[in-house]
Amino acid sequence: MNDAAVHDDHHDHDHKPTGIGRWLFSTNHKDIGTMYLVFSLFMFFVGGAMALVIRAELFQPGMQFVDPQFFNSMTTVHALVMIFGALMPAGVGLANWMIPIMIGAPDMAMPRMNNMSFWILPFAFTLLLSTFFMPGGAPAGGWTMYPPLVLQLGDGFPFLIFAVHFLGISSIMGAINIIATVFNMRAPGMTFMRLPLFVWTWIITAFLLIASMPVLAGAVTMLLTDKFFGTAFFDAAGGGDPLLFQHVFWFFGHPEVYILVLPSFGIISQIIPTFARKPLFGYASMVYATASIAFLSFFVWAHHMFAVGMPLTGELFFMYATMAIAVPTGVKIFNWTATMWKGSMTFETPMLFSIGVLFMFSIGGFSGLMMGITPVDFQYHDTYFIVAHFHYVIVPGIIYGVIAGVYYWLPKWTGVMYDEKLGKLHFWLSTISVNVLFFPMHFIGLAGMPRRIPDYSTQFADWNAIISIGGFVFGLSQLILVWVVIKCARGDGEKATDQVWESAHGLEFTLPSPPPFHSFTTPPVVTDATAHS
Amino acid sequence: MSNSHDTYFIPEPSRWPIVGTLSLFTTFIGGSMFLNGYSSGPYVLALGILAVCYMFFGWFADVIKESMGGNYNKQVDISFRWGMSWFIFSEVMFFAAFFGALFYIRVFSVPWLGGEGAGFVTHMFLWPDFDAVWPLLTTPDMSLANVESSYIAIKDVIPAFDVPLVNTILLLSSGVTITLAHHALKKDHRAPLCWWLAATVLLGFVFVYFQIGEYAHAYHELDLTMKSGVYGSTFFMLTGFHGFHVTMGATMILVILFRSMKGHFSSKDHFAFEGVAWYWHFVDVVWLGLYVFVYWI
Ligand code: HEM
Ligand SMILES: [Cu+2]
Repeated sequence: MNDAAVHDDHHDHDHKPTGIGRWLFSTNHKDIGTMYLVFSLFMFFVGGAMALVIRAELFQPGMQFVDPQFFNSMTTVHALVMIFGALMPAGVGLANWMIPIMIGAPDMAMPRMNNMSFWILPFAFTLLLSTFFMPGGAPAGGWTMYPPLVLQLGDGFPFLIFAVHFLGISSIMGAINIIATVFNMRAPGMTFMRLPLFVWTWIITAFLLIASMPVLAGAVTMLLTDKFFGTAFFDAAGGGDPLLFQHVFWFFGHPEVYILVLPSFGIISQIIPTFARKPLFGYASMVYATASIAFLSFFVWAHHMFAVGMPLTGELFFMYATMAIAVPTGVKIFNWTATMWKGSMTFETPMLFSIGVLFMFSIGGFSGLMMGITPVDFQYHDTYFIVAHFHYVIVPGIIYGVIAGVYYWLPKWTGVMYDEKLGKLHFWLSTISVNVLFFPMHFIGLAGMPRRIPDYSTQFADWNAIISIGGFVFGLSQLILVWVVIKCARGDGEKATDQVWESAHGLEFTLPSPPPFHSFTTPPVVTDATAHS
Repeated sequence: MSNSHDTYFIPEPSRWPIVGTLSLFTTFIGGSMFLNGYSSGPYVLALGILAVCYMFFGWFADVIKESMGGNYNKQVDISFRWGMSWFIFSEVMFFAAFFGALFYIRVFSVPWLGGEGAGFVTHMFLWPDFDAVWPLLTTPDMSLANVESSYIAIKDVIPAFDVPLVNTILLLSSGVTITLAHHALKKDHRAPLCWWLAATVLLGFVFVYFQIGEYAHAYHELDLTMKSGVYGSTFFMLTGFHGFHVTMGATMILVILFRSMKGHFSSKDHFAFEGVAWYWHFVDVVWLGLYVFVYWI
């Protein structure tokens, strides 16, 4: 290509649209990715505020601050906001920012659809959160929306259902876009087995999304018609079965937990090799393990229903299937550990958070295994033990992965190095408090404290007070992240090099920091030597 | 045009996505208001649906303009192909949820309500006279002496070898006609292309017309309604969503017909046609599932 053309390209593509239109009408993967990430951070604090209401109420036995109905709304909406408003958008935001860069493409395959996937989110949450101001209040029957309880919701009911539909539309469009991008926009030489693992985990996540979100849409549609059009899907008096909802919901719900966690697995698979200064151990086995996890995740849903009275065959089948998932998960944990084995490790903030994922996701995985054993799950089910389980896999398992990714790529995005001291402070405060927050939940759960309850028996009082303290410290520690991000965005800090990290590999580190508006206008050529794996 | 455009096409910033978001938002608010019984609900809902149509119209007009302007290369074409395939897969999963519900109800919940399995005692105490058969004409609560049932007993169900069979033939033939249209397009025979497309649209809409007639019959003569217990629920949700998809598909083919009449598409380059044809075949396959499991066995 001659010089003039290069110059032309730059001129064409670095000409950013200005004003509010840049964001509203955007067809740029970086701008859309930024919006996703900012939205996710915002919702993280909205959901976090709800969590703190819960922890304030539970600081002592007895009723302190809120009435039980509102308490139940807090647990319900906290979960919906965190899952659909914070975690999923964070994953998609990172995918938007990084996938085109990592595979050597100029942008996503369908940039306009990409815009719509994002902009649906704030409006869907407007629908959901507006229910707080309606007769009957916000949803309070749990994020799982089990009938018949959820059908007792007031005016907010159709808003809840349509918000879920709306979010589903957004996720499906986002997932289709990601698959089309990876399948079709890879640079020459970027074969599938040379893809960075973050891209791989996202292909698989996208597949899970496309396969499971429509099922959720179907489930909530049946709720809607049961409530308003007299159908009897979940009403035994009409020949239906409330448990049918649980089956359909969890057919979506279990793949959903992997939708949340796989991108985080992908992120730490990028980070650990960088700071261990060794290539990822067992690249191919990582890909196959991820795919197996995704495949198996469609056959374990009823481990959420062990206590509902399924036939014995069902109990056994879902127990063994659940145990089977531990195998590919173990492969991944092994590979990350082996990557660090004899590496020349340094412990910058992204690495600290990644190691946090490794350790604490494993704790959650182990409690998952315990609950996967049908007979003992009768004791754990619907207690704080399960709350401990999924918070371990979600908070230090997923949120830590996202935070690790943010620290890892923030210098790339902004061109400015983040403040390492603040990063380390953020990590240590979070890690101590997150364990104070969630570890004792195992104890009170085993001792019999039920979940989703605003008041409790006095023997649980001490641990609950400690848990609440952990919760407030954890919540406040997250403000450090906001401060770090704002500092970088304002350009306050050392200038980052293109390479950013001494031993970082991958196409994203061949671009300037920050990268040009359209990443690769002419495709780079990838060879074995330059491939990330 | 700069060099890079030979490899990549990236659309300019567009207002259609945000228009789409806002119109869906309006639709959902209107729908919720309507369901909650607010008198202004239907108007907001109608406004939202109109806006959604406007968005589709405008967005696709842009896409068609770009396509006709020769902006799309092989890569864009392949992106569209992946996009459409996965979209259809998501639709398959949507129907899978309802088929799953149907199978669960037929295999588990109705027999259990009738006393099969470990829960037989419940049956003895709650509704000993309830008879679990499929098609389920009466609901469990109808067998109770002093409880008023919230459901309507069905007089009869729609027989499989009647209008549904005709509809099966109609849809299968439409699958053939659209394939003939595709063959005509590939040979650049424009007149047969348009005729076969017109035949497909016609078959599609006749299907919908018969389906509506069947619904009227079910409601007025058979007491088979959405409120007829779980048989009515599964029947109307499955056939209803399918009918909605037929309507969408036939409308899409109609657009393709108009575009063909205006001379769009070439014998090599006609993804819009193919995407719609895929969709149509998908709708066809869903119908076969419906015919077998809802009407026939
Ligand atoms: C990959 C990350 C994981 C996430 C995000 C996750 C998330 C969750 C969530 C949210 C629940 C609670 C559902 C509810 O509201 O009732 C749950 C329950 C459960 N999880 Fe996990 N989980 C993960 C991994 C695992 C693993 C590895 C296993 C087992 C090998 C497992 C087994 C279970 C079981 C058996 C339950 C049901 C407990 C009960 O209700 O009694 N999970 N998980
Ligand atoms: Cu699960």
